[in-house]
Amino acid sequence: MTKLNYKNKKLKLHLQLFLSTLYLSSVTFGGGYVIISFMKKIFVEKHNWLTEDEMLDITTLAQSSPGSIAINASVLVGYKMAGITGAFVTVLGTVAPPLFIISFISIIYSKFSQNENVKFVLKGMNSGVSAVIIDVSTSMFKKIKKSFFSYTIFFSSFLLVFLLNIDVKIIIISSIILGLARFFIFKKNNERSLK
Amino acid sequence: MIFLQLFYSFFLIGIFTLGGGYASLSLIQEQIVEKNNWLTSSEYVDLIAISQMTPGPIALNAATFVGQTTAGFAGSISATLGYVTPSFIIVITLAYFIKKSKNKEAIDIMLDTLRPSVTALIMISGFGMAFTSILNISFEIIEIIKIKSIDIVSLLIFTFSFFLIKKFKLNPIYIIIFSGILGIIVYKLFK
Repeated sequence: MTKLNYKNKKLKLHLQLFLSTLYLSSVTFGGGYVIISFMKKIFVEKHNWLTEDEMLDITTLAQSSPGSIAINASVLVGYKMAGITGAFVTVLGTVAPPLFIISFISIIYSKFSQNENVKFVLKGMNSGVSAVIIDVSTSMFKKIKKSFFSYTIFFSSFLLVFLLNIDVKIIIISSIILGLARFFIFKKNNERSLK
Repeated sequence: MIFLQLFYSFFLIGIFTLGGGYASLSLIQEQIVEKNNWLTSSEYVDLIAISQMTPGPIALNAATFVGQTTAGFAGSISATLGYVTPSFIIVITLAYFIKKSKNKEAIDIMLDTLRPSVTALIMISGFGMAFTSILNISFEIIEIIKIKSIDIVSLLIFTFSFFLIKKFKLNPIYIIIFSGILGIIVYKLFK
């Protein structure tokens, strides 16, 4: 393979990555899990760029890292396929559609948000959105591991933030520390049982 | 400087969002409404409604919206960059170091511990939004006592939407479009 050929191939891969994530990001409504299933369709089933296992690893890592699942997953896909520049390109593709769509909408919003009819529509939507979010949280609540420990974390975080208005960041940091502590205790116990 | 402030606020949101998009709601509210006063709480709720109907993660939509309203398009770019940067660095670092399933137990235990608190935070955001739209109060915890009036229409739309989600498992987008239509019809009638 000549050097030029290689360069062309690399450029083509980057372009493909950009276009795929651009497409994914502009058509997926409704959160990270939806985009992951679409990603699987395009990257695993259509192009065979990634194996099923690799996609699974990407999903786990995307879910457990900070930030939005969609962005994390596209960073990982780009990185896996074309290194750091690949990750840049996929993030750009993922970020561009919301950036342009919402910029446009926010200009319209500031012009029309005081219009009576628009106000009514938005008021209705606000009630709908709160119903959606409460529903998301109740179904998440059902998926919490049923243990005294989990429920203690749930209720103490709820009360601390809701009643005492404790900084959300403190809740997250304490949970991370607690998680790390649990992991080390778990590891220690495992080692002991192996001996 | 506004661009740096936007970048910094969304950088924080990016770092502390764990467990998916909805988990960022309480952080966004804290940074955008309570700390920097970039949006009022009713604008914030409007933003969430809008971002549920457009593609892309909630936090990213919020970054663009807040950036655009406070400092124009350059503002939305700085906020977006701020939100994406921690993801980028952390995810690549993790991908580099974590060698596959070896550390799966660590991730499992971590998620197991985080999930209850993240769920609590999301639930609080949901209640907060419901209170803002139904009770005509701002979501300041202490002010809950000062309920000005109860918005019956909002309460009805809320209850009806909740019923629809539970009963038919409708996609959130349809729920929100539907409640918007219901909003304009019912408020016009009862004006």
